[in-house]
This record gives sequence, structure tokens and C-alpha cells, in this order.
Amino acid sequence: MVAADSEGSKDPGARMFRRERSIPLRGSAAALCNNLSVLQLPVRNLTHFGVVHGPSAQLLSFAPEGLPLAQRQLHAKEGAGVSPPLITQVHWCVLPFRVLLVLTSHRGIQMFESDGSIMVYWHALDSGDASPVQAVFARGIAASGHFICVGTWSGRVLVFDIPAKGPNIVLSEELAGHQTPITDIATDPAQGQDCVADMVTADDSGLLCVWRSGPEFKLLTRIPGFGVPCPSVQLWQGTVAAGYGNGQVRLYEASTGTLHVQINAHARAICALDLAPEVGKLLSAAEDTFVHIWKLSRSPESVSIEVEHCHGECVPDTQVCGARFCDPSGSSFAVTGYDLAEILRFSSM
Amino acid sequence: MSVRTLPLLFLNLGGEMLYILDQRLRAQNVPGDKARKVLNDIVSTMFNRKFMEELFKPQELYSKKALRTVYDRLAHASIIRLNQASMDKLYDLMTVAFKYQVLMCPRPKDVLLVTFNHLDAIKGLIRDSPAILNQVDETFQQLTEVYGGLSAGEFQLIRQTLLIFFQDLHIRVSIFLKDRVQNSNGRFVLPVSGPVPWGTEVPGLIRMFNSKGEEVKTVEFKHGGNYVAAPKEGSFELYGDRVLKLGTNMYSVNRPVETHMSGASKNLASQTQESIAPNPLAKEELNFLARLLGGMETKKPSDPEARFRLNLFATEEEEEQAALTRPEELSYEVINIQATQDQQRSEELARIMGEFEITDAPRQSASKGDDLLAMMDEL
Repeated sequence: MVAADSEGSKDPGARMFRRERSIPLRGSAAALCNNLSVLQLPVRNLTHFGVVHGPSAQLLSFAPEGLPLAQRQLHAKEGAGVSPPLITQVHWCVLPFRVLLVLTSHRGIQMFESDGSIMVYWHALDSGDASPVQAVFARGIAASGHFICVGTWSGRVLVFDIPAKGPNIVLSEELAGHQTPITDIATDPAQGQDCVADMVTADDSGLLCVWRSGPEFKLLTRIPGFGVPCPSVQLWQGTVAAGYGNGQVRLYEASTGTLHVQINAHARAICALDLAPEVGKLLSAAEDTFVHIWKLSRSPESVSIEVEHCHGECVPDTQVCGARFCDPSGSSFAVTGYDLAEILRFSSM
Repeated sequence: MSVRTLPLLFLNLGGEMLYILDQRLRAQNVPGDKARKVLNDIVSTMFNRKFMEELFKPQELYSKKALRTVYDRLAHASIIRLNQASMDKLYDLMTVAFKYQVLMCPRPKDVLLVTFNHLDAIKGLIRDSPAILNQVDETFQQLTEVYGGLSAGEFQLIRQTLLIFFQDLHIRVSIFLKDRVQNSNGRFVLPVSGPVPWGTEVPGLIRMFNSKGEEVKTVEFKHGGNYVAAPKEGSFELYGDRVLKLGTNMYSVNRPVETHMSGASKNLASQTQESIAPNPLAKEELNFLARLLGGMETKKPSDPEARFRLNLFATEEEEEQAALTRPEELSYEVINIQATQDQQRSEELARIMGEFEITDAPRQSASKGDDLLAMMDEL
């Protein structure tokens, strides 16, 4: 059965978005995936943005009406090597008692206080069993309870135990499950409730691993790939949302790995997914210059997942490399693009 | 980033260089046999086995400036002579063209098809020389061995590495502006229509399945673009229809090769800032150049009178003007060298990076431990 396109006035989720004033960046965004991190601080009416330029990353603080308030550049910690190490990702991790900023590079993993002012932890990558043709790097960052999980080039996921305060961070576990470089990690924002599965890791082969966190993480399900990387992944109420290199978004039941929805969403590789968990909105962005917003829901009778398309936005001539919602209701989002020295913002009218 | 990027970068930029030189040779009405000699000499130097061996070693990419030296040397491996202004313009055109090709590749793996397009065209340029044709075919073989088995993820990393190399490059090229491939601000136009990449579905469909895997609902949505299915996959064989047009020769005698220097912009300012800081990598870059150029066997012309100057501009006056008006921030002069501590090293490097002559003086045998810089200068 093919239903008619449900865009238009009869679709309650459909909205129009308008461009807001862009936020200028000191350096253009690098052509990486998941190249925008947003920390919403509604209590202080502030939003933090983090973008990777290459060997440096830029952090910005932004208040809605005014100009950017604060700006900081971070560099990857140097180590042995020929050229300045490139940063692969920058991401804020919200833990129960603190927020840390994590920076992954071709040398290792750095953790900072949330404003980037003080580095509290450094973990150098062990390139021991890498062959000369393999690139060594860390990539994929997520907070899970009081842990921070970071992926690596080998497929191993490092689990760091974070104390409520101070620098006594300890590598507590290394998760095996992947054989190819990790691309992204996502944790369920509503964990601790009914959800058994509360973390999903993705890699360059498209393989997804679903985990249950704890003093020891347990692998629950493996969802095989199909020949393309999975650069970005999200987890919402037991549903895995995965974006792939062939432009598809797929939704799976986390506990069983069953495929429930397949969206031919984009014409090029997907570079970012984000979630507005309170309203079940999913955002997908790709190198085809488009950003799409989807509404996820679980139909009570069939216990399966349903999706409807809410909005599509074309960012002209921009190879998008990062996109995030900027508020919990999903009514605004921000986008970065390769070679673009600004963060583009959109909010619904 | 990926350590397998250099061969692709070098071969594609080299291919663009040959397209441009071929166009200029015809525009300047250089006699056929001389023109052929130029191209043959450059191609045989480029595809020299020892040079290829160095190139294919897993290594990180060096700076644009270091790479430019290699092409400077390559161009002068033939009987042509290029002034600084013409060499600058040549390199600008090469880099913008390849940046465009990488950006436009539908799949990351398609950069290999772009490389094959360049190789196919190179073979066309030197089709009268079976020995050189053989060299190119051998390189083709090597490319297939190294890249044929790489995964989509590894190609994605290669693509990202190339795009980082070309980040913030916004030089405007006449042909691109005319064809509306580039906007007036130097950014490339990214069309939202045409065939999707091989392996991608046309966007616009949502398919929902039940827990048994049966499709229960299909919904269409308006995705905003105007895409069609991919007709077929390009061939990765030695001979075949590549399907992709990226990497084929876009120049002809009637389409001149002009560039516009973008005015000082924010992006350029940030790029200049980075290069003004002291560069601790100068030594590593020199070693890289020495290894690479050491593998390059340059032929000395038997008759010094055979050398002639090639102009990338329409007239001599234009060339002079271009040299005078090239914006500071786009200069390929090694700004950072003045800041390095080692005075002798920086002098040597400045000499190499700038215009240099190939001397006919025979080189004294030098052990590996000798000054690498001196070795390079005598090649």
C-alpha cells in the first residue's frame, strides 16, 4: 500500500522553519561526521556549541538574543608523530553530577571541564597492534550514567568511570564487539527506566552493537551492517535509529535487532543524527545538503515503530557535516557544513 | 587521517596538470613534436617505478606547499620553463579542480574512478610511446592492488583526509564560474538533482515492517530534491566505461584557463595565521620531498636551446601583472620559513621552493647521511 504524501496543513507535525542569524566561527568546519555538539543550558538561557576545524576545535557560548558570549579553541594534545594531530570529534557528556567535554583525536582522548578551561584527563591511544596502513584514532563519544564511553580505530570501546568531581577518572573496561573503527555511540536519555538496552555503538562496516550498561557492560544484540558505514546512531525508548553511508535511515527494535522502518532519506551519505527525546523527534543530515526532521512513535497495538516526515530543509551548496537540535522540543536546530565558517541556525515559526 | 591518500592526491593533481599544460601548448602553437616531448617527459617522470614506490608507501599528507615543490620539479622535468606566476596559476587550477572532483564524488569509492579517468586520459596523451604506456598500466595495477579491496569506510576516511587537505581553498576558476559550477564567492554549487550514487535509493520512501519482517506500510514523503536512479556502476577494470565524468579533461583550446584571485577573506586570514606560526614540520617535509624527488629521475635536455617558456596566461603582460597582484595570503612563498631557527635550512628550502634551475653539473656521490637539501638541489 502506498499512502499519499502527508506533508501540508493536515499534518500536525509539519512546520515551517526560518533561518536565524548565523554564528560565525574562527575556523571552518572539517569534513567529519557528527561535527557539531550542542550543550543546552536552559536554566542559564545559554547554548554551547562545539565544532571541529581540523587540528583545533572551537567552543562557543551563545545567548539567544545577543552575540556569542565566549569563545575558546582547543588543540589535540601533541604526541610522537609527524604532523599536528587532527581532532575527530568534540562532544559534551552530561553525567549525573557534572558535565565534561570530551575531545577525541589521532593521539588519544582528552576530557575537559565543560567550558574547556581545564583538562582533567588524558588517555593516549595504544597503537600497538595497528598495521602501518591503519589510521589510529579515537572517535565516538557518549555518556552512560556515570560512565563515558569512547570508541577507537580498532573497534574497541573504552569505558571510563567518572567520579562526581575531580580528575580521578579510571578506564574501567574495554568492550569488544566491533572489528572496524567505531563511528558513533549513543545512549538512551531515558535510561534507568524500563529500558534494558541503553547504549548502542556503530562502526565503519555498518555493524551496530546494543549494550546494557552497568559495572560491567553486557552485549545484548548485534545488528549486522550491509556494506556501508553507519556514521551516526541514536537510541530512543528502545528504538535504535541508524544513519548510513547510502543515505538510508533505519529504525530497529533495540532488544531484538528487528528492522522496523527503512527510510530512503537522503541522496548522499548521512553525516549526523540527533534526537529531541521529549517529543520523539529525529533529525537527519547528509552530504546531499538536506536536513530532515522525523516524528517517531510507537503504535500501541502493533508495538512497532512508526515514522512520519515532518520537515525537510535544504542548506544550499553546503555539504552538511553536523546537525543538532537546540532545544528539547525540537523546534530549533543548528547545522555545520564543510568549509563553512559559521553555524547555521533554524527555528520553527 | 588515512595514510593511503597520497597516491590518489598526486596522480589526480598530476592529471589535471597535464590537461592544463596540453591546453597551453596548443594555445601557444607549440610544434607537435615539441609538445609531445613535453608531455612524454613529464608522464614518464611521473610514472617512474622508483618514484611510484615512494609514493605508495603508507604516509600522511604533507602541506600544499611541500606538494607544490614536487609539481614544480615535475613540470621542469620536461623542456618547458614556467615563471613563478605561471606555476602558481597552474597549481591553483590543479588544486581547485581536484577539490571539486572529490567533493562531487557520489560515493567515496568514486575517487578511484576519478583517478582512472585521469589515467585513461594520460594514456591518450602519450599513446605513441609504448614504454611509457606500460608504466601507466603498471601504476593502474598498483592502484587496483592497494585500493581495490578497501571498504566503504576506508574510502570515507580517504575522502575526509582529502577534504581536510583542501579545506578553505576558494580560488575562483573562470571555467567553473562560467559553467555555474562555482559561485562568485568561490564555493562550489552542489546540485540536488541527477542520479543518486550507485547503491543509494532515490530518497522519498518510508517502509515499515512488522516483527515478522513483513512490509506493512509504505509512505512517500517530499524530500526536496529531484533525483533519479543511478544508471549503472562505473568500471574499475583496466579498460571500461567509468560512467563518471569527473576527472575527464574539461579544457580545450577554446576554453581558456583563467583564475580570479579571491579578495582577502576571513577563511584566508585564518589560513595565513597558521602558516605564519613557526613550522616545526619543515624538517619532516624536507625529508619527504627528498625521498620523493630522489625517486624522480629527471632527464637533462641534450640541447639547452630546446627549452622554452610556457605561459599560463594569454599574454606576457598578464603574467607579469598576475605576479605583481597576487594577494599575500595566496602566495605559495614559504612564509613560515623566515620564522624557523635554523638559518641555513631555511635558506636552502627557500631556494628550492622558489624558482630553481636544473644544473648540469654532475653530482658528487653523497651518502644518505649527507645534507638532504644539497642532494635535492643537484637532482
